[in-house]
Formats: sequence, C-alpha cells, structure tokens
Amino acid sequence: MNISYYPGCTLKNNAKNFEDSTLCALAKLGLEVKELDRWNCCGTVFSLATDDLMHHLAPIRNLVRSKEAGSDTVLTLCAMCYNTLKRANEKVKADPDSLEKINDFMDREKVKYAGDVRVLHLLEVLRDEVTFPAIAKKVQRRPRGLRVANYYGCLLVRPKGIGLDDMENPVVLEDLMSALGVESVEFPYKTECCGAYQTVDQPDTVAERTYHIITSARRQGADLVTVSCPLCAFNLDFRQTGAARLFQDFQAMPVVYFTQLLALSLGCPEEAQRFDLHQVDPRPVLKAKGYL
Amino acid sequence: MRTHISQKKIRDDFVRKVEELSGQKLLVCYQCGKCSAGCPQVGQMDILPNQVIRLAQLGQKEDLVASKTIWVCASCLTCNVRCPKGVKIAEVMEAVRQVVLRKRKDRVRIEELTPEQRASVPPIALIASFRKSTS
Repeated sequence: MNISYYPGCTLKNNAKNFEDSTLCALAKLGLEVKELDRWNCCGTVFSLATDDLMHHLAPIRNLVRSKEAGSDTVLTLCAMCYNTLKRANEKVKADPDSLEKINDFMDREKVKYAGDVRVLHLLEVLRDEVTFPAIAKKVQRRPRGLRVANYYGCLLVRPKGIGLDDMENPVVLEDLMSALGVESVEFPYKTECCGAYQTVDQPDTVAERTYHIITSARRQGADLVTVSCPLCAFNLDFRQTGAARLFQDFQAMPVVYFTQLLALSLGCPEEAQRFDLHQVDPRPVLKAKGYL
Repeated sequence: MRTHISQKKIRDDFVRKVEELSGQKLLVCYQCGKCSAGCPQVGQMDILPNQVIRLAQLGQKEDLVASKTIWVCASCLTCNVRCPKGVKIAEVMEAVRQVVLRKRKDRVRIEELTPEQRASVPPIALIASFRKSTS
C-alpha cells in the first residue's frame, strides 16, 4: 500500500506534538508514509450548503496531489482534515456532475480527479492494516495503572457513513489503549462537541464545555484525556484557564494526543513528544505512572 | 415570544431558500424535540433546535436571522444523526447563517480581532471560524 501523508495546517505548528509522535510511532511500526508535495489547506469544515461547490475544491485538489504522487491512499491525522477530505471525496463520487464541474475549474491540473483515492484516518490504518494485536507485540514500555478518558469529539464519528466507528459509543481508542496496557474509563462525554472554532469569538462558551468534559473525565477516575483532533486538543487544554476562572471546583487535567502514548509505548524518544506545546504539563502524571 | 403566522410568510421566498440551501424538506419534521434534547450547546441558545425548524417551516425569517442560536451551533451533527425523520438540522442552521452572511453581514469581523487574539488560537480555529462566520 502506497500511502500519502496529508498533515494539514495545524500539524505543522500548534500540533507538532501530534505529527512528531505519529511519525516516530509509524517508523517503529515499519509503516512508511510520504508527505504530499504542495498540499494545501483542506478548508477545515465541510460546507453544508447545497450550492457551495467552490469550497469542495480545496480538499479535492489535495486528492489530485495524491494521484500525482502515484498513491491511492491519503492518510490524515487531524479529525477535521479527515472529515473534510473524506466528505468531499464521497460527495464527488456520488455526484458526477459536481466532479466534472470541479475538474473543469481545475483545468490547469495535469491529473483529472476520478474519485479513486481513499481517505483514511490514522486510527483506521492502525486498526485495520497494522492491527492492534500486532501493535501490542511491539510495545516496549507499559505504564503502571494509567487511566485515560478517550475523547473522540464530533468529526471522527459523525456523520453516518463518514465516521470511522460507532456514532454513539465508539471504541477504537479504547481498543488501542488496551493494546498498549493503558486502562480506559467509561466516559459519557466522549463524543460531545467541545465548541470547536467558537474558541475564536466565544472563548467562554468553549471554557464551559471544557469544564464539563474534563470534570466528567475526572469523576470517572481518569488521569488524563486522549484526543485525535488539534482543535479539541487546543480547546480542552488551553481553555482550562477559562474553566478555572468560571468554575471554582475545576481541577486541571493534562490532554495528550493518542499518538503520544503510542509513541511512548513503542520506545520513541522524549523529543518526539514536544511536551513544551502543552499548557497542562502531562509529564508529572506520566512519570508517576512509570511511563516516562 | 409572540409569533404572527400568515400564509404570506409561509409561502415567502425565505422558506424556499432555506429548503434549497439546506437540501431539506422542512415539513418532514414532526417536532419530537430529540435534536434539542441531545444538543450539547443548547444551554447557550435563545431558540431551541426544534424551534428553529418550526420557525423555518412558518417562514419566521426575522426571529431566525436575529437569533443567537444559529451562531452557537458548531455543526457537531449530533442532532442530524439522532433525528428519527432524517432531517439534517445542522444543514438548516447553515442555510439560515448563509442567508445572513450572503448579505455581507459577517458575524466575526476579522479586522476587529486583535493581533493577540489571532496569535492565541491555532490556524485550524481561525480558518474554521472564518469559514463559518464570514461571507
């Protein structure tokens, strides 16, 4: 399988910890991926208006880049990129008229897009291609009694037909954590919205969401929250300041990408973790549990 | 809230536009309220999601375009996947937002964000915010 890697905007700065930990873990698993040349922004959100073909152009152009690279599979890490690329792909596959219009508009592209690229999220590749038992065999380091609350957010699991697992009770992260020897707690807030982009103009709304999500994780006995979306990661980590201001009983909790735990388990060096990018430092918990 | 219902409003261009932009048949909704029951943002809303659909059916444009609700909805799609009638409520919210935005009435004004505000959030947040809240 020839896999192209599509990073997206935030993996190259705020979420460098997501990218670095993933690339190290993939190398340890012997899975080779090549970053797409000249990739562009996916638009981050799939346009929900019926007449808005223009906004599907950016994701489709990235699929053209994948064809140019001779690859039939695009790998995404960010949940928003995954959702936007996959939905745009499914839309043009189901609607040849819109695909023709988009191809006509991109008449300077050497490759015409034919709907023949697969968009996969890293979790799908780990679950279906690498498989969790194979990952378990490569684990070098196991924590002692680490309990996590796995937070999926919206776009990994919705809408139906796009999401990579059950919409109401996804378990793919729990299964991966089991393979790593990490215990997952029951977490009723695992697919509740964090407020997403409203963090720009309504930060306190997002701080309130963060309060409820993190507090639920704490009540369930979790030591930290795992995420797979850079926007969820930012909101749940950095909006804890606002949550503490709004709610006196709020207690901080570290938020990590699931790939950071995967990388730790597979023996990646601490440089691949970029803990400097976190607001709530996960190191004390990880050290206490013998993971660092 | 006092609502004046008339044939004129129901047959108004607004109802047709919302149905067209959202791709939804508004009268399919039978007001069970499941969308409002599961919405994680409902505590911030001035009109509940099921009320948005009801007001749209009745062509109550003024109430909808002035509502806080359409900007509080972040398209998490919880309502869409739970609706027993298959109505895509988030698409209706998007349609009402588009009715406002296409009059060049931006909700988030980029020039009013301070450099500190812009630098304090990741690019993924800014791009999504501008895509959802500006024309």
